[in-house]
Amino acid sequence: MNKKNKVRNFHQAKWDEPVIFELSNKGERGILFPEIEREIEEIVGDGISKLPENMIRKQQPNLPELSQMQVLKHYLRLSQQTLGADLNVDIGQGTCTMKYSPKINEQFANSPKITELHPSQDERTVQGILEIIYNLDLFLREISGLDKFTFQPGGGSQAIFAMASIIHAFHESNGDSEKRDEIISTMFSHPSDAAAPTVKGYKIINIYPNEDGLPDIEALKKAVSNRTAGLLITNPEDTGIFNPKIREFTQIVHDAGGICGYDQANANGILGITRAKEADFDLCFFNLHKTFSSPHGCGGPATGALGVTKELIKFLPVPLVEYDNEKFYFNYDVPKSIGKVRAFYGVVPAILKAYSWIMSLGSEGLKEVSQIAVLNNNYLLKKVLEIRGASAPYARGRHRIEQVRYSWDKLYQDTGVTTEDITCRMVDFGFHMWSSHHPFIVPQPFTLEPTESYSKAELDEYIAGLKKVVEEAYDNPEIVKNAPHRSVIHKLKTDTLDDPERWAITWRAYLKKNKK
Amino acid sequence: MRRIGLIVNPIAGMGGKVGLKGTDGSAILAKAKGMGAEQESSKRAVRTLERIVSLKDEIELITYPSEMGENAAKQSGFVPKVIGTIIEGKTTGGDTQQASRDLCKHKIDLLFFAGGDGTARDIYTAIGDELVVLGIPTGVKMHSAVFASNPMRAGDLALLYLQGKVKDVKEVEVMDIDEEAYRTGAVSAKLYGYLKIPFERRFVRGMKAGSSTNEKFAQEAIAQEIIDNMKKDCFYIIGSGTTTRSIMEKLELDYTLLGVDLIYNKKLIAKDLNEKKLIKHIMENKAKLIITPIGGQGFLFGRGNQQLSPNVIKEVGIDNIIVIATSQKINSLNGQPFLVDSGDRELDNSLSGHVIVTTGYRENVVYKVDS
Repeated sequence: MNKKNKVRNFHQAKWDEPVIFELSNKGERGILFPEIEREIEEIVGDGISKLPENMIRKQQPNLPELSQMQVLKHYLRLSQQTLGADLNVDIGQGTCTMKYSPKINEQFANSPKITELHPSQDERTVQGILEIIYNLDLFLREISGLDKFTFQPGGGSQAIFAMASIIHAFHESNGDSEKRDEIISTMFSHPSDAAAPTVKGYKIINIYPNEDGLPDIEALKKAVSNRTAGLLITNPEDTGIFNPKIREFTQIVHDAGGICGYDQANANGILGITRAKEADFDLCFFNLHKTFSSPHGCGGPATGALGVTKELIKFLPVPLVEYDNEKFYFNYDVPKSIGKVRAFYGVVPAILKAYSWIMSLGSEGLKEVSQIAVLNNNYLLKKVLEIRGASAPYARGRHRIEQVRYSWDKLYQDTGVTTEDITCRMVDFGFHMWSSHHPFIVPQPFTLEPTESYSKAELDEYIAGLKKVVEEAYDNPEIVKNAPHRSVIHKLKTDTLDDPERWAITWRAYLKKNKK
Repeated sequence: MRRIGLIVNPIAGMGGKVGLKGTDGSAILAKAKGMGAEQESSKRAVRTLERIVSLKDEIELITYPSEMGENAAKQSGFVPKVIGTIIEGKTTGGDTQQASRDLCKHKIDLLFFAGGDGTARDIYTAIGDELVVLGIPTGVKMHSAVFASNPMRAGDLALLYLQGKVKDVKEVEVMDIDEEAYRTGAVSAKLYGYLKIPFERRFVRGMKAGSSTNEKFAQEAIAQEIIDNMKKDCFYIIGSGTTTRSIMEKLELDYTLLGVDLIYNKKLIAKDLNEKKLIKHIMENKAKLIITPIGGQGFLFGRGNQQLSPNVIKEVGIDNIIVIATSQKINSLNGQPFLVDSGDRELDNSLSGHVIVTTGYRENVVYKVDS
């Protein structure tokens, strides 16, 4: 790779590394503990027999048995087989808002001042972290215009579930919850906006987009009724198109007696520009691990920060973190609380990192984040549309907010090369590209979201990668169709994922299904 | 060794090039020839076969003589086994039907046919859905859902199927319109039946979204939703199609795939009813009508279900129409609205606008309807 040739001569490590359970050697240990000294044993006993009978294991847990060095090598090898956010130009995972997570924030989170805290500590001894939680609540109130936040949900989908629970509690307090059993969402909102309320027992009505790619307001009018419990919607949607009529949407739902939740998991294009309050939303949530830079679930624990208007505070999960002008404290006195959606108060390291990120930027910095993210995205849009076979359905000729859902349909019709093939070939050049996107309205879809973190040079490198792969698709499609050639494994077979007899999500399930 | 069959309808598409809206019937064919139409079908079939010629040593290609497949096979590098006889330059639908029957005896894994709706119909007439088929689009009318989007894509899909990478098949509609009427401006399409084609996930899986593209499971989920919400003492008219069939299967009732059936309190009242019988049953009774759009076209009324006449629809009442469709089927319309053509202009207008469609268990969408 050099200034002229932007595509890397990349090759991923291939270790052929087994699953850690397969590496297990009976009796092998990472740490050998010393025998208990007699004096100690005389005082505390053997350490086990004093435990309540029902808590003592009859069988040892089936954990892998390995020495320290083997464990270290195992995970280092696995790490070499990934294309993580800190390694590649990770803009091919649109909707996920992959951005740089400053490493200083990791150091804060790794400080013993955080790691040695226990959630059951008396609140007088944890005033520092409570202050951080409370201040982050204040920041998000300012960013959204809503009146109170909780950090209890451990991710976006759990925050949506909590929103659905609050919507349910709201109608229950009006004696209306049995009749109002429908939640409205849109096809280009995140699929969890439909999935999580289903878990709560709601029926879902999804709105298809119109020719412009915007949710059809006439369809919304058809969808609302006296059964409408609420609206859960993303804006801008996964297409990167902002719905300018969003206030009419909330109005229509309010008029029908429903309440409105704003999925702001990804709010990266609108910080300091538009707020939930001004669009008349009653609830919203932010993923701290997307917009606010604490790493993603796969890179660290997550938080779906959930906010509500003051009318709905009484339904929030407990405890709320409050301040009485003297001290910070846990408030369990929330009369109509939905209870808990997760233990304790939220993922503290994620809260700390988001707090630190916001503190380092200030309000001007947050707005600049969005402006650069939008600028990067529209630069990328122009460059992608210059690539043969690529298109950006809907909103032709218009700018997008922070991401674009593109299509390889023309390329596919011309060459038979699919989005999945391109995804597989991109890894040969060191790029992670996410394969696909619900709800599959856009044929051969791909979604790019460059965020504010990536430089022009990096965006150009990614574009050069896409161009190279597309050239190959037209000149020598076999090389793309049979990709990857320089990656960890050759081709992923996904059909086992459809076969309940074969897939297993735990080692125990694997052993059971394979009768080992 | 895997076997593929090939039937080329050599005259398919000739009428289209000269604006004749089809090539059914010998008089039209003569007219098309007189207007300078050339045989394109075989050339297009070559484009398909070229995509799978890499497998030529591993598969046996069986076909009919000369212009009905042999030429195309040889041109693309295959050494085909040729069966049957034809009169060159004078082939008809009868030859397609005979070829289908002959090939059926050879235990074919996949039958290619190059043609249009008429060709698909001939194959369906001759052998039903006994073989897995795939249409190479070369005709004028292609309302049936058996065709790949272009000849090359037909080859690509076949390759995946023959290599075992695509294993599932799905049943898709065989439709045809009356060409005579079409030439005079009237469209009257009929649903003739269903053929099995290899089923490729048109869209790749998103790990985040999980797999939801299995059409059969989606149909079962819809059926469960409908059955859970069935009202007592109410007639349910079950329209034609594989989506509505899943309701009957789940209720363990006998059914007609192409016809309209009637149930009451989850028991079958009658099968394959015409307009008159339907009206007789539901007159002055509570009734609901369950229909599904035709795949790839989106017609709710007026194609393949003419027994659901304006009178039946009015008797049931627009608010009692329940539309069901899998997301896959809706997305295959590429954003085009559902269509109604009941024959009654005023009724079509009141059916237009938006409709709530059941797409799964507790899942609905709102979709546009045009007349």
